[in-house]
Amino acid sequence: MNLLDIINDPNTRWILLGTMFLGLSSGVIGSFAYLRKQSLLGDTLAHAALPGICVAFILTGVKSTSFFLIGAALAGLVAVFLISVLTRYSKIKQDAALGIVLSSFFGFGIVLLTQIQQSEYGNQSGLDTFLFGQTASMVMSDVYMMMTVSFILIFTCTVFFKEFKLLSFDPGFAKGIGLPVVFLDYFIMMLIVAAVVIGIQAVGVVLMASLLITPAVSARYWTERLHIMVILSGIFGMLSGVSGTLISTSVNNLPTGPLIVLSATVWFFFSMLFAPKRGVLSTVWRRLSTKKKYSLEQDKRKGSHPL
Amino acid sequence: MYQAALKVENLTIAYHKKPVVEDVSFEVPEGNLIGIIGPNGAGKSTLIKGILELIPKLSGEVTISGSSYKLMRKSIGYVPQRESVDWDFPTNALDVVMMGRYGHLGWLKRPGKAERHKAMECLDKVGMVEYANRQISQLSGGQQQRIFLARALAQEADIYFMDEPFVGVDAATEKAIIQLLMELKEKGKTVLVVHHDLSTVKEYFDWTMLLNKKVMKIGPTKEVFIPEYLQETYGGRLAILSDAQSGLLLK
Repeated sequence: MNLLDIINDPNTRWILLGTMFLGLSSGVIGSFAYLRKQSLLGDTLAHAALPGICVAFILTGVKSTSFFLIGAALAGLVAVFLISVLTRYSKIKQDAALGIVLSSFFGFGIVLLTQIQQSEYGNQSGLDTFLFGQTASMVMSDVYMMMTVSFILIFTCTVFFKEFKLLSFDPGFAKGIGLPVVFLDYFIMMLIVAAVVIGIQAVGVVLMASLLITPAVSARYWTERLHIMVILSGIFGMLSGVSGTLISTSVNNLPTGPLIVLSATVWFFFSMLFAPKRGVLSTVWRRLSTKKKYSLEQDKRKGSHPL
Repeated sequence: MYQAALKVENLTIAYHKKPVVEDVSFEVPEGNLIGIIGPNGAGKSTLIKGILELIPKLSGEVTISGSSYKLMRKSIGYVPQRESVDWDFPTNALDVVMMGRYGHLGWLKRPGKAERHKAMECLDKVGMVEYANRQISQLSGGQQQRIFLARALAQEADIYFMDEPFVGVDAATEKAIIQLLMELKEKGKTVLVVHHDLSTVKEYFDWTMLLNKKVMKIGPTKEVFIPEYLQETYGGRLAILSDAQSGLLLK
């Protein structure tokens, strides 16, 4: 298929729209997760969705995206709760708490998934598509939901930009001026859960974290201003969603989710290498030119004052 | 009627079982510059964080100018330890100072011209106007400390809490900061400073609090900052100083 055919195909157009909005919103909320040093949080919440999806299927016995996503959201909330209990009431540090919750939830999810696969419903359930995502399974109502949730996420981040900024930079000071830091903490985690929920259908639980973090890391290379970083991160996410979807549609049998993630990685390498100021090439070039300038000056000094 | 700028009653704070600050009660009169000194682990920072409710307390009551702490938040300024934040955050000096206005702005409102103007004024007071648009990781330690101070000034508070503002700053910056704190005091503000350097206590602070889990002594520096009380507070660890040295220290 050439590009024009792809764009003209109504089904692909919907998927494109969905992954575009998914990339945009997860890039935006991911910026705050990254700056709050909670990169692993997105990964944990995404993996935690799997048992939620399985339990939803076991309870309802039907293959319904909305039930699955409700299950995923609930599992995410339980994970959020467990993480904060572990870090608040024990001496366990956050990275360890995230590690524990991630692996135990995912392990439990895989056990349930295997159980379901071996049961009478067998492979009919199609639950395994949530591991790595399958855009082909997305229908129009899914895309509507993705767009709605994306809109809410972006709207919230705009309205609470000032609070999120202070919370990310200096939570102690935020608490000092009376911001409900604990509540905001939960609130941001819920927004991440929301991004994960709309992402797992397209990208899957295993790779969803990369859509939250990679665009944010890429965006950080280009700017020293938070609002520009958040916007750029959204744009990188959106570009990744679009390019991943386009590549997977034009090359037969390539999975969309992993391609979206790989596109995000390409943007990341591009940013890391070519960004002005913070990029690798610019850093190396700056160091070399300083060195050269210095040695030239040294030579000049030696030349004018012969021993 | 006399009213204490800050009144703390029976404050106890524990991280895990063991109390770090135990049953602390004291009053601070308005318009003073107060140094909080004591050995490592005496709970100096913990005391400040406990008063500001940044960490949970086991018991105790804090009143600011006669009202409960929660009602007085807008009249409190806070300078946290510089290492408590990641300075490689995508923002500039002016932005950080403007954060001092967030508490007055309230939810939903965005900082605008008035906040920008106020922030520039505060940057001017700490001599950092030309660095307003500098990314904060590009600032030296002393400059970062000044930015934090400017942010606290932007809070336009009546009482200030400063957690080791002199750590890692050069002598010039230290002098500039103390100059500013003295100006605040002249304006009738109350400033509490966690401080390490015993040699400058007499010069800087008109009141001193000696802290070691409990308030050992608090009062005018002349009355409190004497060898006997210091030895008591530092548990004899100051004994390593010779008489000549401590004479110099406490002159």
